[in-house]
Amino acid sequence: MKILVCISKTPDTTAKIAFTDNNTKFAEAGVQWIINPYDEWYALVKALELKEADASITLHLLHVGGTDSEPVIRKALALGGDEAIRVNAVPTDSYSVAAQIAAVAKDGGYDLIFTGKETIDYNNGVIGGMVAEMLDLPYIALATSFQLAGTTATVKREIEGGEETVEVQLPVVVSCQKGMAEARIPNMRGIMAARTKPLRVVEPVAAENYTEVAEFGLPPAKAGVKLVSPDNVEELVRLLHEEARVI
Amino acid sequence: MSVLIFIDLVDGQVKKAAHEALTYGAKLAAQMGTTAEGVVLGSEVSSDLGELGAHGVAKIHQVSGDGFKEGDAQVFAKVVADVAEATGADVVVFSNNTSGKAIAPRVAVRLKAGLVSGAVALPETDGSFLVRKNVFSGKAFAKVSVKTAKKVIALNVNSFTIENGDGKAEVVPFRAEVPTSKIKVIGSNKTTGKVSLTEAEVVVSAGRGMKGPENWGIVEDLATALDAALACSRPVADAHWRPHNEHVGQTGVAIAPNLYVAVGISGAIQHLAGVNRSKVIVVINKDPEAPFFKAADYGIVGDVFEVLPKFTEAVKKVKGVA
Repeated sequence: MKILVCISKTPDTTAKIAFTDNNTKFAEAGVQWIINPYDEWYALVKALELKEADASITLHLLHVGGTDSEPVIRKALALGGDEAIRVNAVPTDSYSVAAQIAAVAKDGGYDLIFTGKETIDYNNGVIGGMVAEMLDLPYIALATSFQLAGTTATVKREIEGGEETVEVQLPVVVSCQKGMAEARIPNMRGIMAARTKPLRVVEPVAAENYTEVAEFGLPPAKAGVKLVSPDNVEELVRLLHEEARVI
Repeated sequence: MSVLIFIDLVDGQVKKAAHEALTYGAKLAAQMGTTAEGVVLGSEVSSDLGELGAHGVAKIHQVSGDGFKEGDAQVFAKVVADVAEATGADVVVFSNNTSGKAIAPRVAVRLKAGLVSGAVALPETDGSFLVRKNVFSGKAFAKVSVKTAKKVIALNVNSFTIENGDGKAEVVPFRAEVPTSKIKVIGSNKTTGKVSLTEAEVVVSAGRGMKGPENWGIVEDLATALDAALACSRPVADAHWRPHNEHVGQTGVAIAPNLYVAVGISGAIQHLAGVNRSKVIVVINKDPEAPFFKAADYGIVGDVFEVLPKFTEAVKKVKGVA
């Protein structure tokens, strides 16, 4: 059994969001990079749990990015996994990133491909679905729980107004969100082991960019809060009713 | 040349998200000087599909059969792409709800179309094709240029106002080869009757300031009075005071209601990332230094246990139910 976990790199959740080059590029100066939380807390940790339950599982991490991504990849390896693969391409468009992942996945013959439900920078959440289509595999999006018995996976997924449980035969692509697993902190042994784990660099396949960001912008600042006395809650409701017109 | 809108069915019903997508698609078609058509997969529909013409769609293609019951995105994507190709659609519009998130990426690959997921406004179509979407969890926006001839757009829920005229749509059967589903639904757990969190126009959300799960009664009372969906902060979900599907924030659900009432939530940047698209934010917190007040439109500095019951009573009075 082989599992592939797709890991993206994102700015830390508290990073200042600003843009350069005429608002066409994210200002990276001074930004702390982390593993995209959905990829780390849910996709990777779930895969680790599966491997802990069955030692015969091989677990690979996959990242599309330049050499500057390697510290983040090592951080992911510190949590676990047998080896990491870095596709040497700077990600700029979902379709081309999905094409890189699909190429690696096809060569590697993976039974299970995990992604996070979205990245916290571009908030697209489309890589899993694209990879699944490129590989002609089933796709379970927005999974909150995952169990494996032989080659049958039982997955809970979010649907409109609730959750449902589905059964699917491997191989399958799954996008992971809260509920799948509990976030972990790497221990010293993991951090030491990560230094010597294999990190394979592969060159990208040819893939077109279908989209590009033409311009970034920041939303207008709020006008400021209108405070109402706790002894006059009726006034708040009046404002919401007559001024904001939301009640 | 046309715009095709995927009409999502939830238990046979056309929900708010689908009406938003239909209005959006029809307006886009008008802007591009072309026609808008809908596609619906499945036979069991509890309303008259022709009525959806009110949003401005001329025709609705209905693919009948039992093949869509398992909600297999692979099956849906194949059939939607077939309809798009047969009708010569240039743009396919989805709602970016749970179905759209699973199907739209697959359709984009099938059609070799650039995809913008999480659109919040109509595209700029004079010479280019620029779609505005939120990025960095709502802390910024991006205008994404789609460079392919065909395009797929997934519209964020609660981002576009539904409009109704008096048009009627012609409902036509579409014969498609429906592949066998590779997944099987074996159980479901639905909060029937309740408004879904992402579609809710009013959301009442509470945090650690409530001190414990046993105190949620007054939060629920306010939510009931406001006809609101319930939400919570991450620490509350992590402590299992509330189910994780109520967690809003950067790593939970992102929402954009008309009114967001935050009770006993300090407003960490990660929480704001999930709610900053709300049109009006009300914060109730006893700490005047709580960062949430900086992002709020209205606020009360006070004890939530005293303020909430008064709030509920005042709402009932305004709504005329007290």
